[in-house]
Formats: sequence, structure tokens, C-alpha cells
Amino acid sequence: MAATAELTLAEIRKGLHWRKQLDKVFVIVGLLVLFSCLGLLAMLFLDLVHNGAERFGWDFFVNFPSRKAERAGILSAWVGTTLIMFVTALVSLPVGVAAAIYLEEYAAKNWLTGIIEINVTNLAGVPSIVYGLLALGLFVYTFGFGQSVLSAGLTLALLILPIVIVATRESLRAVPKAIREAAYGLGATRWEVTKDHVLPYSTGGILTGLILGLSRAIGETAPLITIGALSFIAFLPPSPVSGEFPFLNFEWLKSEYTAMPIQMFNWVSRPDQAFQANAAAAGAILLAMTLLMNAVAIWIRYRFRKKINW
Amino acid sequence: MSQATSRQPQGGFASRLRYRKNRDRAIELVLLMAGLVAVFTTVAIVAILVYESSFFFSHVSIGDFLTDTMWTPLFSDPRYGIMPLVSGTLTVTFVALLVAIPLGTIIAIYLSEFATHRLRETVKPILELLGAVPTVVYGYFALLMVTPFLQKLIPGLPGFNMLSAGLVIGLMIVPYVASVGEDAMRAVPRYMREGSYAMGATRLQTALRVVVPGAFSGLAAAYILGISRAIGETMVVAIAAGMQPTLTFNPTEPAATITAYIVQVSLGDLPHGSIGYQSIFAAGLVLMLMTLVFNVIGFFLTRRFREAY
Repeated sequence: MAATAELTLAEIRKGLHWRKQLDKVFVIVGLLVLFSCLGLLAMLFLDLVHNGAERFGWDFFVNFPSRKAERAGILSAWVGTTLIMFVTALVSLPVGVAAAIYLEEYAAKNWLTGIIEINVTNLAGVPSIVYGLLALGLFVYTFGFGQSVLSAGLTLALLILPIVIVATRESLRAVPKAIREAAYGLGATRWEVTKDHVLPYSTGGILTGLILGLSRAIGETAPLITIGALSFIAFLPPSPVSGEFPFLNFEWLKSEYTAMPIQMFNWVSRPDQAFQANAAAAGAILLAMTLLMNAVAIWIRYRFRKKINW
Repeated sequence: MSQATSRQPQGGFASRLRYRKNRDRAIELVLLMAGLVAVFTTVAIVAILVYESSFFFSHVSIGDFLTDTMWTPLFSDPRYGIMPLVSGTLTVTFVALLVAIPLGTIIAIYLSEFATHRLRETVKPILELLGAVPTVVYGYFALLMVTPFLQKLIPGLPGFNMLSAGLVIGLMIVPYVASVGEDAMRAVPRYMREGSYAMGATRLQTALRVVVPGAFSGLAAAYILGISRAIGETMVVAIAAGMQPTLTFNPTEPAATITAYIVQVSLGDLPHGSIGYQSIFAAGLVLMLMTLVFNVIGFFLTRRFREAY
């Protein structure tokens, strides 16, 4: 205190001036760091699109991979990715939503609930390649699904399960208690309350979570490589829809496959310059798919939020 | 309505109610099973890694595994020392953190304490969007854009090197650290800042001496998550860092990480059950343990520095 009292007014002014200058310096540093990071990433993305530009075209989408770079396309890759995403969504949506409903609406606060919650949190932090090893041991060898679309879809479903669970829980939690209590007051059981009153209000949040999860899954490469996705596939899995009874065909689940990120990885790792343009084009398309899914998720969230008036 | 219901026999109500209650119980059981999938997944990960690597460890002693300085399971004269893979993983992670922690923290402080509302609301979704970019795309950046650029700065830099992979992973997790860190700082109550302003502190002093210490547990969590992601990152290193396991901490050299090794073996055509193939599960086990160690450190850091308001 004594030391402070000895400061003259001029010294205090000088200190204050100095501190205010530091403030201004930090504002500049902050802006500089923020925009150089974003700018650098933007530059890299633009360069990617630029490098791939010469390959964009109808042929790129309808051609199989080939030894000649100019004739190689991503047909088997995008078909594979679509089929895998279909399986992933079909598995992770019901399981994730059911788990979230249990944790949010049913579970008592006991040790079992605690364990489930800790596991959901931890699983979100497990490196994706470890999911690949899990799937390799479990789906490919123990269950005997082999290197198939089914194995890949299940693997990615497990990978995004925490994302779906967390998103669903958040949107369930956002439904006001009054709505539940009104339904209970009329004699509804817990399931009736959940199914008829809580779930309809949380559809938007659940869909958003699912799409964000899928946008993560679509770019996952490491787990698919681990469970043995092939990078050179010049055929398509059998069509899911057939002309004869029973019209649906599940052979495609057992088919070998490739996927967009695998195809891109394969092209990147070739020393031949010509294939790098293919890699850039595949990367740009993969990026566009991811961004599109995120945009759709944001749009759905916005639409549902606007429609709900408590 | 009331007439219609009153005409129903008493037994009808009771049995209907019993049916609905039983259905509820059955549904609860189904939901619980879905919840247990998460527990099952964790148990399965540990069980598969331990079971599949037990074959590996029945051929290789744990002492050799931890102390040997060569990792050449695919050679005719195989050596099984995990250290070269661990050194590669740690070097890449270290380079990544050298980029991500300072830049991420500065952006977090700026967004939380200095930026206008509009800038923050514009930048935050972009940061979250960047988290969804497939890592194989970042691998492309590292190999085909960043490495050629670095080669101009550092003559003699090999085409595959850990520096480029580490820098790109760092850039990749900057948005992540910034976003989680910003959330943590925003959670520091307003009155703490106001108390500091009232004492005559500037924004920067308040940010560094009040907000950052107050949000330390959240910031630590952001760093730990960043470390976990850098350790587990696969595609960038598999593409850009080369695939020869070398015991080195020099980032300008090529080296393999644990994850890159797993990819390398998966791409090859070793049969399931061969010791080379089973070695990826042992590597995966080490990766899992490393992530676990950092998460436990993070957990205790968070608890130790948690500020209660």
C-alpha cells in the first residue's frame, strides 16, 4: 500500500497509458491470429478446388477407378459411401435415440446410469482408428461379416453413437417439464408421454444430431482402412432394389466396397502427379458433401426452432 | 364421452391399464439395452485389444516390447520395440500442440473477451464447421501443399516428414481448442469481470488474470481433447509423415506413428493370425493407454483447478 501511495499522478498516467496500449496490441494480435488461421485454411481449400477443377465433370462421377488418371472416376466410391451412410443412419438413429430416451426420461440416478453416462463421454474421445480395430476383431472376424458394407456401416454407427446420444439428450432436455406433467396428469404412461409429447418436439434436434454425426462419419478413413476397405473396386455392389419378388435385395450388405475418403487416400498416396488432381477433385467433392450436410443440419435446427411455440 | 366410458366393464379398465403398464416396463428394458450398447462398446474395445494382442505378447516379451529400439515386425528379422512408434507419435503431437495451444488460446481469449457480438456469432459456427472437415483432406494439404512450401524454407527437408504433418494437425485442432476454450471462458460469471474492471484493470488484464484462471479447468479440458485428437490422428500422418518407424524426436525426419503403422499393416496383405498382423492390436493397445493417461491427467487437472462460483 505504502508503495502505491508514493506513485505520482504522472507515473500512474504513464502506467495506465502503457496498459491501454497493450490492450490495443492484443486486439490486433487476436484479429491477426484469427484471420490468418481462417485465411490459411480458406487458401488451402481454394487450392484444393483449383487443383481438382480439371477433373470435375460428368465422367468423373460415372467412371470406375482406373489405372489411367484421366479416365478414373469415383462411381464405386460415392455409391459405397451412400450405402455405408444408409446402414450407419439406420443403426445409429434408433440405438442412439433409445439410449438418450433411457438416460433422459427413464433412468433413475443410480450406479448403472452413471456408468452408461461415463461410457458415452469416454467413447467420444476414443481415437477413430481404435474403432477400426474393435470392428476388425468383432464384426469382421468374430461375427464373420467380412470386409463388407455391413461391417463398415456398423463400425461408423458405433463411432457416431455418442454424437447422436448427446444431441438427442439435449433436445429432450429442452422440452419443458410442464408438457410432461400435463400428459401425466391425464393418466398417460411414461412411454405415452415420451412418444406422443416429448419426441415430436425434439425431432428437429435429433435430426440435426444425426446429420452432424453422419457428416463426421462420411469423412472417416482410418477405421475403414483398418477393417479392410479396398481402394481399387471396379464394380458396384448388387442393387438393393430388384425387379423380381421380393423386390428388395440385401446382397449389397455383404459386398466389398470402397468409399470416398478411401479413394482419395489411394490417389493421394500415388507418386504420379496426374492422380493428385483426382485426389483434389475427390477431396473437394467430399468437402462439399460434408459442408452440405452441416448446412442442412443448421437449416433443420432453425426450421424446427421457428415452428415451436411453447 | 363420459357415458361411453362409464358403460365399459370395470375389468376392461384394469386389464387395459395393466397392459399399458407392462408395455411400459418392456419398453424401458429395450431402452436400457440401447443405453448398454455404450458400455458394451467400451468393454468390447478393451476385450478385443487385450485378447488379440495376447497372441502377440505370447511371442514377444513385454520387456523387449518396451525397451527394444527397433520396430520391424514386417522384416525377415523382426524386432518388436514399440519405442520408435511412440517417439513418432509424441513428436507429431508436440509439434501440433506447439501450434494449436497458443493460437487456439489467443483466438479463444479474443473471441470471448474482445470481439464484437456479431464477429463472435459469425466465427463460432465457422470454427465448428471446420471440425467436420475430413482428416484425409488435411493429409492432402500436408503432403502436397505444406511440405513443398517447407522445403523452400528448410533445404534438404525430406518429402515425408513429421514437421509438416504436425503443423497441419495443429492447424486442424486450432478451431477445436478455440471453440471449447471460448465456451469455458464465457462460463466465467460477468460479475468477476466487473469486479476487475472496477479495480481499474484493462480488458487484457481482466482476461489474463481473472477470466483465464477462472476458466482454467475448461481450458485444460480443451487442451487435453486437443492432445487426444493429435495422438489419435491417423490420416494426416499416414499420408505425410512417411511409414518407416525410426526412433527420433527430430521433426524434420520421416517417421511412423502408432496410427500410421496400423494403417500400413491394414493396407498390406498379411493374413489374420500372423504375428505381424496381430502387432497392430498391441500398437492399438498402447495408443489406447496413451490417450487414457492424458485423459486421466486432464480429469485431475480439471478437478484440481475447478473454480466454484
